[in-house]
Amino acid sequence: MSYVKGLKCRVCETPYPVEPLAICEECFGPLEVDYDYDAIKTKLTREEIASRPPTLWRYRELLPLDADPTVGLQTGFTPLIRADRLARTIGVRELYIKNDAVSHPSLSFKDRVVAVALSKAREFGFEAVGCASTGNLANSVAANAAAAGLPAYILIPDNLEKNKIIGTQVYGANLVPVRGNYDEVNRLCSEIAGRYRFAFVNVNLRPFYGEGSKTFGYEIAEQLGWHAPDAVVVPMAGGSLITKIYKGLNELAKLGLIDRAETRFYGAQAAGCNPIAAAVKAGTRDIRPVKPDTIAKSLSIGNPADGYFATGVITETGGWSEDVSDREILESIELLAAAEGVFAETAGGTTLAVTRKLIEQGRIRPEDRVVIAITGNGLKTVEALQLEELNSIEPKLSAFEALLDKQRSAIAA
Amino acid sequence: MAQTVIIPTPLRRFTDGVETVETSAATVGEIFGQLESRYPGIRARLCEENGDLRRFINVYVDGEDIRFLNRLDTPVGPQAEVSIVPAIAGG
Repeated sequence: MSYVKGLKCRVCETPYPVEPLAICEECFGPLEVDYDYDAIKTKLTREEIASRPPTLWRYRELLPLDADPTVGLQTGFTPLIRADRLARTIGVRELYIKNDAVSHPSLSFKDRVVAVALSKAREFGFEAVGCASTGNLANSVAANAAAAGLPAYILIPDNLEKNKIIGTQVYGANLVPVRGNYDEVNRLCSEIAGRYRFAFVNVNLRPFYGEGSKTFGYEIAEQLGWHAPDAVVVPMAGGSLITKIYKGLNELAKLGLIDRAETRFYGAQAAGCNPIAAAVKAGTRDIRPVKPDTIAKSLSIGNPADGYFATGVITETGGWSEDVSDREILESIELLAAAEGVFAETAGGTTLAVTRKLIEQGRIRPEDRVVIAITGNGLKTVEALQLEELNSIEPKLSAFEALLDKQRSAIAA
Repeated sequence: MAQTVIIPTPLRRFTDGVETVETSAATVGEIFGQLESRYPGIRARLCEENGDLRRFINVYVDGEDIRFLNRLDTPVGPQAEVSIVPAIAGG
């Protein structure tokens, strides 16, 4: 059974029925799913959740489906890793990595939103699905649509990383590179959605799609023993994820599943695409769009649709937002890999680099319990890395030992 | 010689379902005026009471966001394509 009461405008609160609608006709504000929390509260207990399989569907009462899910049945419940070595390096007491770099099936948190959106697309009876994407969503829609037997139309900027293109094409999706940046791709997608009956997951299914991201927050709280952390650092592209983790933790508090949700939310961006961070630092909620120029392509959204709401969450919770250079992003990718054995894509490097900056600024305190959101896998963005050139050796023990001697003298020097 | 204005789905109830409208105006603000005279009520959906563009609407002239240009005073060429697009989630 469904606990959804309907859709509601997030700005002017005009109610709408449960249909593939995303935009309020009165004020153009985004629509959002409205739940019957009183009814959910009688059903959803910690014990009930613990008795269910370790997937995101263990929180299904808080997801907007009418029937059983049909797509992404194994998605979710990625590891929350206690990162003591990294914590010591960057100067914080208790640090965790929520690792969606190993998300099933496509190695990014987008599997969460797509599982919900494509299950919903089937409920609505759509026969084709699609998206506008900076890469990770493309991978996930292509993979999940293939498994569900749905044709997919996927539009991407034509400058994406090679592995994000291959990781979409391989599933047999109709992949359309567009000469332009993500904001231009988005505009085209919106115009296509106005003409064809496709389920574009982040256009006409946006209210349902976004709800999948809440599970990132539910899992953090459950994996911390039903506690909200003191601070969460989240990468921001369109700005939706940070608002959905906030919503998720607040829902858990409302349902009595955690005592309180007093987490401070910190948003991470690249200096080459920082419209949300710039607004937070300027003390405004007005987002000035930018033209992205950074290696963090999955975060390259110059006109973030949820920027207004992201700045609201950040400032209301006492958090902050920072941006970092491409060089800092690369350094942090290598630090995360070397300290914790987690290989994150450029967005993850951005998140860790911003975390380090916030600790240096004293905004994240040494005594905080901190969670950093790693949302995508490093193998997707390998060309951004600038690692040392390797020299091969002869297949002889003496050659290996000569190498060891060279390393020892380098350390001694 | 006319400009083509692409009407987004949420506004088509004002245009009797019409997807594109032709205008002949010097600026984006003037285009909104011409839309209003043909489809009364549409401007209040596009602009706040003080006349500013609403927060969650993007307007593009030949693909360029008017927030990078001169907002509602952005000039519009005689054969420009003007898109009115609701904000869309990331991806």
